[in-house]
Amino acid sequence: MIEIKELHKSYKMGSNSLHVLKGINFSVKKGELVAIMGSSGSGKSTLLNILGMLDEADEGTYILDGVPIEDLNETKAAEYRNKFLGFIFQSFNLINYKSAKDNVALPLFYQGMPRKERNTMALDYLERVGLKPWAEHLPSELSGGQKQRVAIARAMASQPKVLLADEPTGALDSKTSYEVMDLIQKINDEGNTILVVTHEKDIAHMCKRIVYLKDGVIVEDKKVNQVRASSYVQ
Amino acid sequence: MKLLFKADTWEEIFSSINKNRVRTVLTVIGVLWGIFVYIAMSGAAKGLDNGFERQFESVAMNSLFAWSQSTSKPYKGFRTGRRIQLKLSDIDVLKKRIPEIQYIAPRNATGVFGGAPALTVRGQKSGSYNIYGDFPVYTKIATKKIYDEGRFINQSDIDYNRRVCIIGERTKRELFDDEEEAVGSFIKINDIYFRVVGVHKYVPGGGFESDSDIFVPFTTFNRLYNKGDEVDFMSIAAFDDADIIQVEKDVKAVLKSIHQVDPTDERAFGSFNLGEVFGQIKGFANGLTFLSLVIGVATILAGVIGIGNILLISVKERTKELGVRRALGATPAEVRNLILVESVFLTVISGVMGIILGAATLSLVNNLTSGSDFPYTNPTVPIPYVIGALALMVILGTLIGLIPAQRAVSIRPIEALREE
Repeated sequence: MIEIKELHKSYKMGSNSLHVLKGINFSVKKGELVAIMGSSGSGKSTLLNILGMLDEADEGTYILDGVPIEDLNETKAAEYRNKFLGFIFQSFNLINYKSAKDNVALPLFYQGMPRKERNTMALDYLERVGLKPWAEHLPSELSGGQKQRVAIARAMASQPKVLLADEPTGALDSKTSYEVMDLIQKINDEGNTILVVTHEKDIAHMCKRIVYLKDGVIVEDKKVNQVRASSYVQ
Repeated sequence: MKLLFKADTWEEIFSSINKNRVRTVLTVIGVLWGIFVYIAMSGAAKGLDNGFERQFESVAMNSLFAWSQSTSKPYKGFRTGRRIQLKLSDIDVLKKRIPEIQYIAPRNATGVFGGAPALTVRGQKSGSYNIYGDFPVYTKIATKKIYDEGRFINQSDIDYNRRVCIIGERTKRELFDDEEEAVGSFIKINDIYFRVVGVHKYVPGGGFESDSDIFVPFTTFNRLYNKGDEVDFMSIAAFDDADIIQVEKDVKAVLKSIHQVDPTDERAFGSFNLGEVFGQIKGFANGLTFLSLVIGVATILAGVIGIGNILLISVKERTKELGVRRALGATPAEVRNLILVESVFLTVISGVMGIILGAATLSLVNNLTSGSDFPYTNPTVPIPYVIGALALMVILGTLIGLIPAQRAVSIRPIEALREE
């Protein structure tokens, strides 16, 4: 699904240049649930941004589902993001003046899907995250866990190839964190490919594979025995 | 263009507007005020213009009065300070020499420029009124509205020196009882009986005349006051396309040559150029229209800049949201168009409201002033001007909207989404 070879990225900070990614080689197969771990400054967010086409690598190749991701202009990037990727953010990033349903329907709107269809579909996805009764509520009327579940429904709505989750539980208490991870695991069970950036060990161990980043290189890449989040959720 | 006809576009815009209702309303008022000022002022200018025109509708626009005075320079052996007297024969000479003259009406009067008002008696009632000796042609220059049953002086009145008169509506009120018929009855002017043949309605703005004037045939007047062929003053109407100021000069030049006055003598003949005054009033109204255009456009501009400013702030506030949208697949063009359409929409909405408000105010003022003397009639703004103003606002709204739209596009999603 994802093929990355010799990925380099550096940022210019005044006269200095900060070499953040120093040759990342990495591939993800379809249906994997991968945790990317590392301390802050290890480059894990930069890697996720490049994977999410929010940022571009200086060197190296990135192939997503057989499509080489290169020479993107903003319009092309927007189209690819819409088609291939679903984003889950730490701070949810729901649009606060839109109802849960409208938030979920937003990627479909940018796909040009007619209103009726995308509303039905949005409700469908809300139901899958268990929030159908909250469809007409604004984000401000939802709890943190509920917000993240709406965000997950939104990421799912466009049926992306890969879900990218940046610290999805970073703003949640542990109980809701496990509920969210439970949901992510279930989505993964259905065959979806998911990448989770986290610095929490327990969250990482709920994935099937953990990639450790340190100082811009992958230091460890191992398969783990998945801990089911449902065992914590009662 | 397709964008404008999609319900989704409008939903996006309305939800964005709704988010900051108070701020949006205040911004809209800025532009609304501009177009309101423009519509109200140019409408008022037009109203004043129309009002003046109505006030002077009874008088030919291109007309002037001329009268004789005393010379101020010696000429051909005549001494200074010689009193000049206009004669009936001057009329034909003037007409012949100045082809621009359409009508010329010699007039005599008592009670206006010297001479006492005539004592007028009917039965037990009496009053002193100004008497004019007139030719029928006078009505070509200043229309006289005569009440039903009556008429103005006609040619046979002149030919036969008839003792007939047209009295003013006030004269009728003062000399007759309410229900009494004036036409056909007799009144005594300076001890001579005259038959009333008409009652004229007073129209304001006709100059020095009033609602109590009595008009008699010119020839009868001259017999009554022993004036021979003397003329006190003359009303002259030029053709519509004639230069009335030039006509005034020509008239004076011709009169000077007839009466052997030094051509450089400025005092020998007096004149009042109604056409020139009309020209000045027209110029004033035109100036007002122009002024309202300038002020209106300036205010609209200020308002539109306000909208651009607010959108800029709004884009700044929405940085994160716009970043999310971009991450979810909004193309830069979609983001730009959203902001642009919002800008144009706000401008047009406030423009339309301003036009409606301006029109309502104009019609209100029109209703309040109708029936009063205030020269204000039918204030209108030509449709092309209104459309022009709207078009201007759409253009300005687009141009000013480009700034926040460009700002919105320049937001890179990665920066917008960076966790603080």
